[in-house]
Amino acid sequence: MNYLALHPARVAALAAAHLELVGIALLVALAIALPLGLWAARRPSVEPWLLGTLGAIYTIPSLALLAGFVQWLGLGFMPIFVVLIVYAQFMLARNVVAGIRGVDPFQIDAARGLGMSPRQVLARVEFPQALPVLIGGVRIAAIAMISIATLGGYVGGVGLGVLIFDGLTLHQPQMIVAGSLVACVLAIAVDASLRSVERRASS
Amino acid sequence: MSATVAFERVTVRYSGASSNAVEDVSFELGGGELIVLLGPSGCGKSTLLRTVNRLVPVESGRVVVDGANVAEVDPVELRRHIGYAIQAVGLFAHMTVAENVAVVPSLLGWKTAEIDARVDELLQLVGLQPDIYRNRRPSGLSGGEAQRVGVARAIAGRPRALLMDEPFGAVDVLARTALQGELIRIVRSLGTTTLFVTHDVDEAFRLADRIVVMRNGRVEHVGVPLELFDAPATPYVRDLVHAGDEVYRRYFVHAREQLRSGTS
Repeated sequence: MNYLALHPARVAALAAAHLELVGIALLVALAIALPLGLWAARRPSVEPWLLGTLGAIYTIPSLALLAGFVQWLGLGFMPIFVVLIVYAQFMLARNVVAGIRGVDPFQIDAARGLGMSPRQVLARVEFPQALPVLIGGVRIAAIAMISIATLGGYVGGVGLGVLIFDGLTLHQPQMIVAGSLVACVLAIAVDASLRSVERRASS
Repeated sequence: MSATVAFERVTVRYSGASSNAVEDVSFELGGGELIVLLGPSGCGKSTLLRTVNRLVPVESGRVVVDGANVAEVDPVELRRHIGYAIQAVGLFAHMTVAENVAVVPSLLGWKTAEIDARVDELLQLVGLQPDIYRNRRPSGLSGGEAQRVGVARAIAGRPRALLMDEPFGAVDVLARTALQGELIRIVRSLGTTTLFVTHDVDEAFRLADRIVVMRNGRVEHVGVPLELFDAPATPYVRDLVHAGDEVYRRYFVHAREQLRSGTS
C-alpha cells in the first residue's frame, strides 16, 4: 500500500497504459472475432473446428504463448498485444456464435418474409438481439485480458505488470501488491460497467 | 392494387428429402380473392405458401404473381409488396409495437410522418388503441394482441397480396373468432388477394372464398366451401369435412354466416 501512496502518478500512468493496451487489443480482437463468429454461426460445419481450434489455443498457458511470440516479435509492446488478441478470440467468437444462433428463427423468417435483405436481417434483427450475449463475451474477455496483460511487464511491455515484475526483481513486495491491487480494481470496475451496459442492451 | 397469383404445376423438393413436399399443384387466386389452403400438418400447404414470396424455391413449374414468374424477380423487392404473417408471429423482440408495424413502410422508404400516421391507422384497424400499444414491447403483449400486431405489420406496406400461415393458430378460441371476423373485414375493405393456411376446417369454412384441400403435397379439392360438403372430390375430403352429416353442414354454414353478418 505504501508504494501506491508514495507514487500515485506512476501507478496511475501504468494503469492508464494497461487499460489502453487492453482496450486496443480488445477492439482488434473484436474486429477479427465478429466475422469469424458470424461465419461459424452461418455454417454449422465450420463451428466445431473453428471453436475447437480457438479453444485449444485458449488452453495454452498464457506465459508459454507469450514466450513463443517473443521469439517471433521480440520484446516490448507487440508480443503481449498479440497474445491478448489471440487469447480473446475463443471467448469472443464463442459468444458471437451463441448470440447469433440464439436469435428466434421465427423472427428471422418474418424479417426475410417482410423483405429485408440478408444484410438488413443481420443489422436490424440478428445483431441487436445478439448484442447482450456479445457484450457478455466482451466483458469476460476484458477481465481475462486485464489479468493476462500483466505478463507484459515480464517482456518489456507496458502496464501494471511492470510494477509486479520490477517488484519481483527488486524484492519490493509493496510494488507487487500495488500492481496486483490496481489490476484487480480495474477488472472489477470494467466488469461492473460492462454488466450495466449488458443489462441496458437486453432490456 | 390486388394481385393475381397463379400456381402452374408447382413441385417443391427439399434437398435430401426422399419425396416431394409439393407435387404438381396448379390453381389460381383471382384479384381480391381469399383462398384457404387446408390440410393436415406436413401436407405441404405452408411450403406452397412460401413459394409465393420465394422463401422456398420451386423444383419445377412456376409461381406467377401479376403475370411475373417470381423466380425471375428480385426476391427482396417481391417480398416488400407481399404481406407475410405467421403463426409464431415473429414480432421483433427488440422493437416496439410501432417499430414492428413500421418495418415494411420504412424498407419502402416512406417518410417518417407518413409512417407514423400509417402505424396509428393500422393499430386502430386491428383493434389496438395506438396510445396504449404504440410503445409497448412484444414481451408485454398477450397472444391475441401479438397476432393483431402481426397482421398490422403484414399489411402495413399496402401489399398487393397477403400470405398468412396459421396466423391465429396460437390464440384461444374466443380471440381467434374475433380475429377471424376482423380479418374478413380488413381483407374485404382492402381487397387484398389473400392466401391463408390452416389445418382447422372450421376456420377454412368461415374465411374462404374458395378452399384448396391438400394432402401429401397434392391438391385434393379446389372449390367454394359448401362444395366440399356437397361434392367432395375424394374420400379424404369427404371424411375431413364430415360430408353427408347434416349437423356439421348446418354448423359450418351458421358459423360462416355469423362471422360475416357481424362484420359487414
